[in-house]
Amino acid sequence: MKTAVQIASDVRSGASSATEELRTSLEAIRARNEELHVFLYVDEEGAEAAATRVDALVAKGDDPGALAGVPLAVKDNMCQRGIPTTCASKILEGWRPPYSATVVDRLVAAGALLVGKTNLDEFAMGSSTENSAFGPTRNPLDPSRVPGGSSGGSAAAVAADMTPLAIGSDTGGSIRQPAALCGLVGVKPTYGLVSRYGLIAFASSLDQIGPFAKTVTDAATLLEVIAGHDPMDSTSLPEPSPSLVAHVNDGVAGKRVGLVRELIDGADQEVIDAVGRALEALRDAGAVTTELSIPELRLGLSAYYLIAPAEASSNLARYDGVRYGLRVDAEDVTAMNEATRTAGFGAEVKRRIMLGTYALSAGYYDAYYGQALKVRTQMIDAFARAYGQVDLLLGATTPSVAFAFGAKTSNPLSMYLSDVFTIPTNLAGEAAISVPFGTGEAGLPIGVQLLGPGRSEAQLFSAARVLERADGRP
Amino acid sequence: MTLPNGFEIVVGLEVHTELRTASKMFCGCANAFGAEPNTNICPVCLGLPGSLPVLNERAVDLAMAIGIALHSTIAPSTFHRKNYFYPDMPKDFQISQYDLPINVGGYLDLPDGSRVSIERAHLEEDTGKSTHLGGTGRLQGADRSLVDYNRSGVPLVEIVSGPDIRSSAQARVYAQELRGILIATGASDGRMEEGSMRIDANVSVRQAAATFGTRCEIKNLNSLRSLQRAIDYEALRQVELIESGGTVRQETRHWDEILGETSTMRVKEDADDYRYFREPDLVDLAPDQSWQDHVRAALPPMPAERRQKLAARLTDPTKAQLDAVEVVIDLGLEPLVNAAVDAGADITLAISRAANELAAGIAAIGNLSAEAFTETVLMEQRGELSATQAKTVLGELLTGGGSPRGIAGALGFEQLSSSSLGETVETLIAQFPDEWSRYRDGDEKLAQFFIGQVMKATKGQANGKSVVDELRARR
Amino acid sequence: MSSPLRREEVAYVAKLARLSLSEDELDLFTEQLGQVLEHASDMKSLDLDNVVATAHPFGLVNVVREDEVRPSLDRDEVLAMAPDARDGRFAVPRIMGEAP
Repeated sequence: MKTAVQIASDVRSGASSATEELRTSLEAIRARNEELHVFLYVDEEGAEAAATRVDALVAKGDDPGALAGVPLAVKDNMCQRGIPTTCASKILEGWRPPYSATVVDRLVAAGALLVGKTNLDEFAMGSSTENSAFGPTRNPLDPSRVPGGSSGGSAAAVAADMTPLAIGSDTGGSIRQPAALCGLVGVKPTYGLVSRYGLIAFASSLDQIGPFAKTVTDAATLLEVIAGHDPMDSTSLPEPSPSLVAHVNDGVAGKRVGLVRELIDGADQEVIDAVGRALEALRDAGAVTTELSIPELRLGLSAYYLIAPAEASSNLARYDGVRYGLRVDAEDVTAMNEATRTAGFGAEVKRRIMLGTYALSAGYYDAYYGQALKVRTQMIDAFARAYGQVDLLLGATTPSVAFAFGAKTSNPLSMYLSDVFTIPTNLAGEAAISVPFGTGEAGLPIGVQLLGPGRSEAQLFSAARVLERADGRP
Repeated sequence: MTLPNGFEIVVGLEVHTELRTASKMFCGCANAFGAEPNTNICPVCLGLPGSLPVLNERAVDLAMAIGIALHSTIAPSTFHRKNYFYPDMPKDFQISQYDLPINVGGYLDLPDGSRVSIERAHLEEDTGKSTHLGGTGRLQGADRSLVDYNRSGVPLVEIVSGPDIRSSAQARVYAQELRGILIATGASDGRMEEGSMRIDANVSVRQAAATFGTRCEIKNLNSLRSLQRAIDYEALRQVELIESGGTVRQETRHWDEILGETSTMRVKEDADDYRYFREPDLVDLAPDQSWQDHVRAALPPMPAERRQKLAARLTDPTKAQLDAVEVVIDLGLEPLVNAAVDAGADITLAISRAANELAAGIAAIGNLSAEAFTETVLMEQRGELSATQAKTVLGELLTGGGSPRGIAGALGFEQLSSSSLGETVETLIAQFPDEWSRYRDGDEKLAQFFIGQVMKATKGQANGKSVVDELRARR
Repeated sequence: MSSPLRREEVAYVAKLARLSLSEDELDLFTEQLGQVLEHASDMKSLDLDNVVATAHPFGLVNVVREDEVRPSLDRDEVLAMAPDARDGRFAVPRIMGEAP
């Protein structure tokens, strides 16, 4: 399949048309969506209208945008006006938002063709997409395995060549982990780089929207389009979108890269080996490499599994059957709230709401949530110290390659543990990228992770590009 | 009202005011009273999935203005979520301020010289409004409730006093004074009847000064009169409860204006576990010195200062005059009074006409120009109008505008010529020879008698001062 | 099984969160949540008295918008998605008890 950059170039030059590119995408979707269950909603009509618009602009000689005619999949926890947005939950089944997320507006303005909404773990809570209320998504590389989560559908869309680009959201690894399990590039940008307006909140202080792509350059192109200050998001960084594509081929000569022990401890051996090889590849390209230990990272899991559910328990309170979504009627409004939420939320969502409510409740705040916030500070300080010694950090993205359905669902804690390498970046609000590097068991892809301080995306892309080349994808 | 057996009332007041901003606290929807239901809503104030709040700069300005007027410290602050379920809350949490409010401490001096401490004043968002179908229209017995979110997200400042108030009368004065300040800062329009200013009272009683009794929070006080009545009722209720061997339970009680009593609101099992935590969708607020100075510089004079300034124009003011000054300031009438006095009007007369006649027609005060008020007062002062006539003219000016001379002419308030007045006086002298000789002999009190008679005879058209002149001339 | 959580606490939390759990779910959640909290106990014992919780990772402060009126949503569009709407308002079953 063509890269997004190639498609946009072809459409802008007239070598292809948006309508043609859309047709290719829709055919690919039709071919495998039933098998893989990638899309919860395919918006043929909307995408066709968008393609017509783009082609008309090209015909007039006007600028159709940086992503002109590029089919793109949107995770179904981002509002797109008039299109069902469900968060893969029964409680929002059928809901059509009366407004669009800022990133959706920016993508449309850039000429992208939004073909549909992809499956996810319900309300983005999960690491395998098995928590979707509408059935799981299958890994296109091996349908007996999970694509990862929570942005499993978006990853699968790109991995199955349905679209060259997709956007997902990452709260504890929900872009990077599926990217790793599906052999894709996935980025969790610096907190605040991409607007959260219109992203249905899971954990407000951790959520970020980011790109899925097959190539580093495609991912950088997409991130440039959606990044930059948004006055509708108070936590949005003040500066405009940074220049990223221009730096993709900067290389890593003279850059200091540190392999972090805590970011490989507990991973399968084949994953550890891949990270080791990635370190070598960076060294071969001129980076100064070292190994270091950041013990504070070990507390990340505990802190995350208190902070994220706490914020989520509050963010999900609004689903009460009053204004939109599911309502299960009852004698009085409190009973209605309870009946609605009990019927509308899946088990994992309920579990996290309960955990979060407990962590915030009277008498427990200081011991749990309050303590977790302090651990967070420690983690930020620890990263800052590390970045005093190196420019970038290296580690695994996930402990293993894609696992089988049902392998981790019997014990929630075991599922939570698979986020151990990705969570620290969310807690620190910093940036990280997962890039495919080698294969493991059954030929399944392994992802390695590069981490950088806030606002270091350009560096991350150039280092990822080095690894991409070294992995045989020029 | 004094409580029996040495009991003392202890009251703290929580006042919520809506802020007079154009748009809501966290979104651009109009902040307007009385619009059609659910016409001023958007993803943010409706709490739609994916929406995010962005703080209104003017709300911060007004909150600071209130803090400055109450002598608070403007502190770095954060926003917190107060989590609870209620249908008029679109997010099922309210964005408020918890342990780090924007205004910390402060005080309010009352006209009688007493001081009530202010604990804090913070920013928060308002909720929607629910009405009830079926039953009595009140909450109990309603079949369905209907919710309008126009008010959801309107900016509020909550002002919490210390438990320093010792009587219902003092509470009323505190509320009045605070209201005057809120209006003067431009933060509020102070309309309790419209709900833009709401008061909850925390009431407890005690015998020993060093302790605090258990307090009850009284809600649903829709006027200053209700405030006063409710405090008195509640204090007495608590005393009677204690005296009969019971204990006061800490609870929220609802004031019923018609029955004149407080009653327990339904107690909820999970009341008060609000699980406060810092609002992650907003960043901290730390207005720097230049922002604070800007707000301070723009602050107009507060009621206390304005009262002082006007009272300073009086020589040896009596209590009655000071009371009148209070009314003048409270109603914002001092520009009219000052204009008249600056043009030569007698200050006592100007204040009196303002505190009485203008106060009576305050709703229409926009119809009265400073020039018209000044001229009316001067006409009365010069004897061209009697007191009664002057009051009539002011009334007419308030209802329909116009000019004092024009109105006087239309109503036939002709200036009684000196000669016709003289004739009237002589007729009366002849009619009342005894009174006349007593007056001639020095009994000044009889001047009033003759003035009264002249008024009767001329149907109120004479000017008291002119009558006295005529009497003296003939003495 | 000794969970740091008691069953009654879990029941109380469920009420706070407006969730009704079956007896089995109550047991299951008590155990599962207990496990997560156990795992988190590595944090509880840390002495973090002198550590300040982080507000925003990059110290953004004073983000405000101008007091300007912007267009609101169309009421019909909004009410069309309501489970029950009457007279231009959202309708709910009766509310028991006043707002806190």
